Amino acid sequence: MAPEPPPLLTMDGITKSFPGVRALDGVDLEVRAGEVHCLLGQNGAGKSTLIKVLAGAHQPDGGAITWRGEHVTLKSPIAAMRLGIATIYQELDLVEGLSVAENVYLGHEPTTAGFVVRGRDARTAAAALLRRLGHTEIDPARLVGELSAAQQQIVSMARALSHDVRLIVMDEPSAALDPDEVANLFRIVADLTAEGVAVVYISHRLEEIRRIGDRVTVLKDGRAVASGLPAESTPTREVVALMTGRDVEYVFPERPAQLPLAEPLLTVRGLTRRGEFAPVDLEVRPGEIVGLAGLVGSGRSEILETVYGARKAEAGQVLVDGRPLKPGSVRAAVRAGLGLAPEERKAQALLMLESITRNVSVSSMSRFSHGGWLDRGAEFKAARRATRELSLKPDLPSAPVRTLSGGNQQKAVLARWLLRGCRVLLLDEPTRGVDVGARAELYAVIRRLADDGLGVLLVSSEVPEVLGLADRVLVLREGHVVHTAPARELDEHRVLDLVMEGSPAS
Amino acid sequence: MTQPATPAKQEGPLLDGGGPRKSTSGDGAGPWSGRLFRPDVRTLSLIGVLVALALIGGVTKPDEFLATSNVQLILTQASVIGVVTVGMTFVITSGGIDLSVGAIVALASVWATTVATQEYGFAGILFTAVIVGVGCGLVNGLLIAYGGMVPFIATLAMLASARGLALQITEGKTQMVSIPSVLDLGERDAYLFGIPPLVLVFAAVTVIGWLVLNRTTFGRRTVAVGGNAEAARLAGIDVRRQRLYLYLLSGLCCGIAAFLLIVLAGSGQNTNGNLYELDAIAAAIIGGTLLSGGRGTITGSVLGVLIFTTITNIFALNNLESATQQIAKGAIIVAAVLVQRRTSHTP
Repeated sequence: MAPEPPPLLTMDGITKSFPGVRALDGVDLEVRAGEVHCLLGQNGAGKSTLIKVLAGAHQPDGGAITWRGEHVTLKSPIAAMRLGIATIYQELDLVEGLSVAENVYLGHEPTTAGFVVRGRDARTAAAALLRRLGHTEIDPARLVGELSAAQQQIVSMARALSHDVRLIVMDEPSAALDPDEVANLFRIVADLTAEGVAVVYISHRLEEIRRIGDRVTVLKDGRAVASGLPAESTPTREVVALMTGRDVEYVFPERPAQLPLAEPLLTVRGLTRRGEFAPVDLEVRPGEIVGLAGLVGSGRSEILETVYGARKAEAGQVLVDGRPLKPGSVRAAVRAGLGLAPEERKAQALLMLESITRNVSVSSMSRFSHGGWLDRGAEFKAARRATRELSLKPDLPSAPVRTLSGGNQQKAVLARWLLRGCRVLLLDEPTRGVDVGARAELYAVIRRLADDGLGVLLVSSEVPEVLGLADRVLVLREGHVVHTAPARELDEHRVLDLVMEGSPAS
Repeated sequence: MTQPATPAKQEGPLLDGGGPRKSTSGDGAGPWSGRLFRPDVRTLSLIGVLVALALIGGVTKPDEFLATSNVQLILTQASVIGVVTVGMTFVITSGGIDLSVGAIVALASVWATTVATQEYGFAGILFTAVIVGVGCGLVNGLLIAYGGMVPFIATLAMLASARGLALQITEGKTQMVSIPSVLDLGERDAYLFGIPPLVLVFAAVTVIGWLVLNRTTFGRRTVAVGGNAEAARLAGIDVRRQRLYLYLLSGLCCGIAAFLLIVLAGSGQNTNGNLYELDAIAAAIIGGTLLSGGRGTITGSVLGVLIFTTITNIFALNNLESATQQIAKGAIIVAAVLVQRRTSHTP
């Protein structure tokens, strides 16, 4: 074995506690120059805290950090940046009202006499950085707010590169990207590492880590349970076992052998919104899970939101039990028995300051009120019944919903519709931000709700999820339904071919 | 397998963002989530400030400050702005703001005291004050909820217009009230067990406001709209109608306050209610209502009003200038908000 180069960064026995929680319990991390070091772990395992320590945003309670052979303390984000450590957070921290160049050089603008910003120099330099990232189509003078999410991420990366950077931390950079954008991201990562820059890469997606990672450190409950595993050759089973303490990746519940032949609960006829999706027809029967598969931008979420009345259809009809819904009215949809679990749980579904109970009861308040007067005892009991039915943990209905994990927040949203007596669930990316271990449980919950007679319309960008969970799948491409088939007749390659190529013929 | 797998131990509450967060028992949750009296840190600290002020008043002017008549005076003065603040608390809790409250109080008070209105006596004055308040609130609400205007702008426009209209009606003159039954309400003879009727109205508005915010679907919807309007809409709440109702409610409170002011002053003036918007917002904020919406406390707002009124009283008793008083108020707002940031989780 060749002698190993000295590590670029060594974190040794890092501990960090917050009131009531020991977030990091002695984590070791070693990153070498020019490698892609993947950080794996479930939500709450300590990944976010660790990278915030690395970025200088949190001060560790104990442990040592060695950077290029020297002991350092990272007192602030500026201190970390001066050493050459840049962090690209999951929630992009760009100023939408400023231009690309202004964002890239925010805080270290090229200036004359210390305060007059040389705008043209900034734009030229930003253009050079964007060229290096392979994105010449982004105009440095454009406002960041006008860019797509993927482009904004590139701007974030350009900002990192505008410093003399030796280590870039990327927190789930692929979460909001399409496959071709992910391919570009990987190319950028490869270029960076070829230049000797180290990348700490955080992702939930194991296949990505296999493709670009060199080594893997797995965190669990604030400790590194494995470090320096070879990314390519470590079996998935082993990685998942390390993360969860179990050795299953995805477990999908069994489908019922045969669906009862019933009248459709939800019928969509010729639903149209120009520029978003072409006329769509679909039906959902009781007990059936219908999946919509497609890329970001294929119109999946838009269809779901239009069915729900959150967007107004230009043409077409939505019928529940054969009765048409008033277009563009969420209230009509809810009254008819539709319930939406939206893609952005925190922004679109949850009242983050409120308790679990109030989040669950918010759509059914009239059931617990007499002339507007709330019967809070009945409300509490009914909400608890609904959350228990979905085994939401912890079983503390008064706890603030923001303290729940992603999977349990999703259960709170599902419990809301369960309590409402909803008959058709519209699920938009139901497992986004839900860690691997909790997914199987969520899948089981969704299937059980269907078995109890609900209709489910499911949107997901993860093809295995649609194929594993749905009974019937509609494949979307650029707003058109290009293929419809029972899920068991499709496989992942076939669906990916369809969404990329759009050829319905086989 | 159709039963959920036994969850591994990752299911506990966890620190997603990694930031330090305090537990929510006691602070944060506020009095609306628990029993009728669940004093939290914030309420207790406000009461502490009030007690401290009372001590200062008692020490500097022992005979005058604690006299029954002075306590009655403080409470009476708190009543007008207090009623306005209850309405304001609802609006702020919903994520809105009402800058027009002072101007609405002025307009309602002068409209209700015109010679023509006074011909209809007590009922005419009360009715007009309330209707003008609700009417202005209706305009605010329609512009904001259905016209898509930003609350700040819509109510700023109402502030300007209502003040202008009030000046036009009075031509700058003070309109004396000549209805004995109205004036009598402010007299000592009308006190019930030593409590001025204006204070009783304030108390009633407070109790009703507390109940509506904490015990009704209306209050719950207000909090939901303020906490996350998009989530409220997607949960099936009629967000626009709720917003309309909230500005109507604020207007109604202004109308009631205008009537109280008429009783108190015995007249209507276009300069009435000057800067009430700032006092009401400040009282609500130091009370613990989040300016960004989603959390509101009537108890806190009322304590905030009492703190401000007591300060004014102490300064007046000690013959200090009102300029010093303004500075003290500003300092209290800053101190209260700083203390709150330390004692509660602010998202």
